[in-house]
Amino acid sequence: MDAEALRLDGNAAAGLLDQIFASEVTTVRGTCAGCGRTSSIGALLLYGGAMGAVLRCPGCEAVVLRAAAIRGRYLLDLRGAAHLELRDGA
Amino acid sequence: MGAVPSRLSWRVATVRAVQPETQRVLSLVLDVPGWDGHQPGQHIDVRLTAADGYQAQRSYSISSAPEDPAITITVERLDDGEVSPYLADVLRPGDGLELRGPIGGWFTWTTQDGGPLLLVAGGSGLAPLMAMLRHRAARRSTVPVRLLYSSRGFDDIIYRAELDRLVSHDPDLAVVHTLTRSQPPGWTGYARRIDGAMLAAVAWAPEARPLAMVCGPTPMVEAVADALVALGHDPGRIRTERFGPTGG
Amino acid sequence: MSFISRGFKGRGRREGAAGRLPPGQYLEHGFPVLSAGPTPHTPLDRWDFTMVGQVDQVRRWTWDEFLALPAETITRDIHCVTKWSKLDSTWTGVSVDTLLDGVETSADYVLAFCDGGYTTNLPLEDVTGGKAWIAYAYEGQPLAPAHGGPARLLVPHLYFWKSAKWVRGLELLAADQPGFWESLGYHNRGDPWREQRYWGDE
Ligand SMILES: Cc1cc2nc3c(=O)[nH]c(=O)nc-3n(C[C@H](O)[C@H](O)[C@H](O)COP(=O)(O)OP(=O)(O)OC[C@H]3O[C@@H](n4cnc5c(N)ncnc54)[C@H](O)[C@@H]3O)c2cc1C
Ligand SMILES: [Zn+2]
Repeated sequence: MDAEALRLDGNAAAGLLDQIFASEVTTVRGTCAGCGRTSSIGALLLYGGAMGAVLRCPGCEAVVLRAAAIRGRYLLDLRGAAHLELRDGA
Repeated sequence: MGAVPSRLSWRVATVRAVQPETQRVLSLVLDVPGWDGHQPGQHIDVRLTAADGYQAQRSYSISSAPEDPAITITVERLDDGEVSPYLADVLRPGDGLELRGPIGGWFTWTTQDGGPLLLVAGGSGLAPLMAMLRHRAARRSTVPVRLLYSSRGFDDIIYRAELDRLVSHDPDLAVVHTLTRSQPPGWTGYARRIDGAMLAAVAWAPEARPLAMVCGPTPMVEAVADALVALGHDPGRIRTERFGPTGG
Repeated sequence: MSFISRGFKGRGRREGAAGRLPPGQYLEHGFPVLSAGPTPHTPLDRWDFTMVGQVDQVRRWTWDEFLALPAETITRDIHCVTKWSKLDSTWTGVSVDTLLDGVETSADYVLAFCDGGYTTNLPLEDVTGGKAWIAYAYEGQPLAPAHGGPARLLVPHLYFWKSAKWVRGLELLAADQPGFWESLGYHNRGDPWREQRYWGDE
């Protein structure tokens, strides 16, 4: 089976991401540094399984955001995001 | 709402009840200490720990409404699965179950989000959508909702009686079933996998800009989302929750 | 102190593998799939394997040329950092020693690069001396795309993320350069017997 069969919606990474952001993160909008498409984090494509969250752009499949939980530390890599947009009261 | 710091720490819930739903599906009613509500569509992460330290973790959608005092998850038992057979066969009332949540604000709907609302489910993918329907009923909301629900056979329809009851006194709610593997004698409903023609018949026209929430096994979710886009629905109004490779 | 789930054993087992399971690992009889991205499907007539970077001259093999190289069939245990280990997996492929034969280099490190953009870094000495292969068959069958086919790096003495799927070449480097997971908290070397899972593990 292809890896596409195993990918989930970014929403499924909320357990990990909420530990980093401490508040709801799947409705934050991220813009792909590769193609410029803006998507809610919950709508990115989630790969990486138990190693970490690899969230890819639904437009061009480039990595927008990566996160991993490493023995009580959390690592977040936003190199693939041109920017993130968070709103008050969301 | 906002950030509740303790929200995502692991905690031990107590199983209050184990309710069979169909031959392969059951609901677990859980008492969670300090639970301060959820939004329909959110899930929890469940973590099992063996005596030797081995752990397995899976996500389960909350199928109960926020208005319910206890939270319920609805689990399909996969024969070769690791976690779902434990939840289905081993857990008994009074047992502890470690979990964290509620999680995820993307795949959620409350009556304030309005409609029209198109719900499309396959198998246990009904669980988060059921939370939405129960919440809507608890609030006596009249937001128009249509549920297109794919099951293998008549006896595999989860919450069949409750869905019938909800529809019977609610002119703003429609439930359409399709049975993909076997149909009872005299069945006049759909008898195939959900496709574009079925969605065109059941869903509102794209001009009505329905909000679509699609949940179930990954191949089903992708086929439905693609078909909705092909029918002209705005991809920005389609939300998906993939349950994984199988699960339906 | 920590919670135990009554009656849960899970698929994870340690029995029956005396001395062969590194610390914290459990036996797996299936072959789980873990991927950082979608499965690439590069046609074999467009596939090549290259040796680039600090080399006297770039080496390149087409698929047919690659298959014509001397192959080895080896049986090894593999260990995934997500805690499953699989014993006695049998692979066929070309030893990295064969590919480096005659290559002049002053490099101390390699970075494996792949279709789909995945990378992983290794000291040169972890891929030479009969320790690493470019494998194109698994249990006698062509390597399935889900498991890295047409070809994957195989470095069984390190955690399995080092055995990069869909590998297309090695870049020889004078200085170490962290790969995909190594730059997201995973250990730079990843020796399962020393349980080098994450940054900071000895
Ligand atoms: C956000 C979210 C919400 C969910 N909500 C629910 C819910 O409400 N109810 C529910 O029942 N489930 C839900 N799921 C699915 C659930 O998390 C589990 O995946 C499911 O219960 C199976 O777990 P398991 O341990 O029993 O099976 P596993 O041991 O994980 O195996 C799953 C099945 O898929 C097959 N499989 C797994 N991986 C592969 C592979 N690589 N190749 C081929 N086959 C494979 C296995 O053979 C097995 O049949 C949800 C998933 C997500 C991501
Ligand atoms: Zn993009």
